[in-house]
Amino acid sequence: MHTPTLTPQRLMAYGIVAIGALLMLGPFYFMFVFATHTNREILSMPPPLWFGSAFPDNLKQLLASLPHFWKNVGWSVYVALMSTLLNLFFCSLAGFAFAMYDFKWREGLFGAVMATMLLPSFVGMIPTALTMSWLEWMNQPRALYVPGAVGALGIFMMRQYIESAIPRELIDAARIDGCGEFAIYWRIVLPLIGPAMGTLGLITFIGSWNNFIGPLIVIRDMEMYTVPLALRSLQGTGQIPWGAISAGSAIAVLPLLVLFMLASRRLIEGLTAGAVKA
Amino acid sequence: MHAAPATRTPPDAASAAQPTRRAPPVRMRRPRLSRRWAPYVFISPFFIVFAVFGLFPLLFSIYLSFHRWDPAAGLAAMRFVAFENYLYVLQDDDWFRHSIFNTLWLALVSGLPQHLVALPLAFFFHNAFGRWRNAVVGVYFLPFITSTVAISLVFSTLFSRDFGMVNVMLTSLHQVPVLGWLFPSTNIDWSQPGYTKWMIAFVVWWRYVGWNAVLYLSAMQTIPRDLYEAATIDGAKPWQQFRHITLPLLRPMIFFAVTLTIIGNLQLFEEPFILTGGTGGIGQSGKTAAMHMYGTAFVDGDFGTASAIAWLLFLLIGAATWANNRLLGKRD
Repeated sequence: MHTPTLTPQRLMAYGIVAIGALLMLGPFYFMFVFATHTNREILSMPPPLWFGSAFPDNLKQLLASLPHFWKNVGWSVYVALMSTLLNLFFCSLAGFAFAMYDFKWREGLFGAVMATMLLPSFVGMIPTALTMSWLEWMNQPRALYVPGAVGALGIFMMRQYIESAIPRELIDAARIDGCGEFAIYWRIVLPLIGPAMGTLGLITFIGSWNNFIGPLIVIRDMEMYTVPLALRSLQGTGQIPWGAISAGSAIAVLPLLVLFMLASRRLIEGLTAGAVKA
Repeated sequence: MHAAPATRTPPDAASAAQPTRRAPPVRMRRPRLSRRWAPYVFISPFFIVFAVFGLFPLLFSIYLSFHRWDPAAGLAAMRFVAFENYLYVLQDDDWFRHSIFNTLWLALVSGLPQHLVALPLAFFFHNAFGRWRNAVVGVYFLPFITSTVAISLVFSTLFSRDFGMVNVMLTSLHQVPVLGWLFPSTNIDWSQPGYTKWMIAFVVWWRYVGWNAVLYLSAMQTIPRDLYEAATIDGAKPWQQFRHITLPLLRPMIFFAVTLTIIGNLQLFEEPFILTGGTGGIGQSGKTAAMHMYGTAFVDGDFGTASAIAWLLFLLIGAATWANNRLLGKRD
């Protein structure tokens, strides 16, 4: 182990990285600070730099402009949990099939799954809205979690992990003992793929929680809004309630910050590994 | 004629049937998934979901783009117009041209600095910080995983003209001696056409610079240490190592990361949508092509034209990806 000496260049680089880090964290900091200040305090010179005491008032104002806000939070949680559960189940099941079975057209089908990642999502935006209205799924949470219930990236991650983590002999042994094909998945594979499930679950949950375009297209009823839609609806109504908006944003971002602090390494590795290998 | 053999054959039929019936040694009590069909059953959910919510919308979107249609009048009101929608968009839709210009401008002005900053940043992450590395990388990565809507709303507060933190900082930097002239002395109105795009570009840069740095960092970690050790012995300075070892070996990752940026930036929607309050800003200076498509479909109710815009944008993304492939892709 050698400790590099602190040359002036090196010191300057540290300084620049530190300033950059402040730039990255600044907006989060001000979001929380503004969430605790009244509109009048935020719109004064100089703007507040430290926490105030107006959070309860801001929350009250938020609930006054968005009477269904807690319901909106509930829908966001529900949709995120549903898409996470569905993704974990279907992606691991498909990943297991691609990893542990030799079947006709396996690689061709896997290639087809991967190729769907290249399709641009915005092109499907309009017909997806039409499909949802034909299915009478408008304003229904299932319009948000069913289309994304199983994705190529998840299948890819699961195949990779299952191939590396589970020996085929284990599967064969179970089969000889009379274990059915689904039981092999349920009783043997599932308990062994915890880490990959954790990563995929986090990625799916966060993606669903942040999803804006999906609900923008299919949810029209304020009562059924998810959090991003609800927050966005605060914009453009005369005097913008910055304190309330900041409070709402803080509530939307806080769960992500907590998840990130608990599992940042796994998240970063999962996201980049998926992107890099795919 | 037909009945006769049937009555005569029972013993033969039974003996013929028996071997096939005997083949599976144990009869299952309940129907079980055979090993042969299980994988197909296990992967079928993906294909079902994709067919309904992926493939069908895409095909239908192609079909729509050749039709004029008022959705309120039902499916029967659809009228085939061949390339009329495409021609209209290309020739007469001034906002389309405008939005394409905005999209390309934003893609370049937010995209290029992402990589110019992320590369040296990743190099520094890789070579310094020791046990603090994960924490520092995490700080830069954080913007990537947060809600675009929430954070764009916060940015629109920070960018407000009279009381925004950004203007406070810029004007106070104006007081700094020597470099002060670089910064404005009065507050900037970021909602004015000349400034809106800079604001959006900054927010996009802020969101993705850490993501790119992490991509580059993960590629740098695969470069063998001894290459650098040999270079150090030969007296190569850190900058020379970066220039002659890291950069060339990073080329595939640069290609990949730039491709992701191109695809992502040309579809830009959420950041400009929130930062301009959904309108595109004064003079539509912050309206991207994806926003224009959204507005044509869901505000004007013109699904045919909007589908044509979608496919033209798709072609543009394809062309840009192709150009990038020629520029940075494999050359051997």
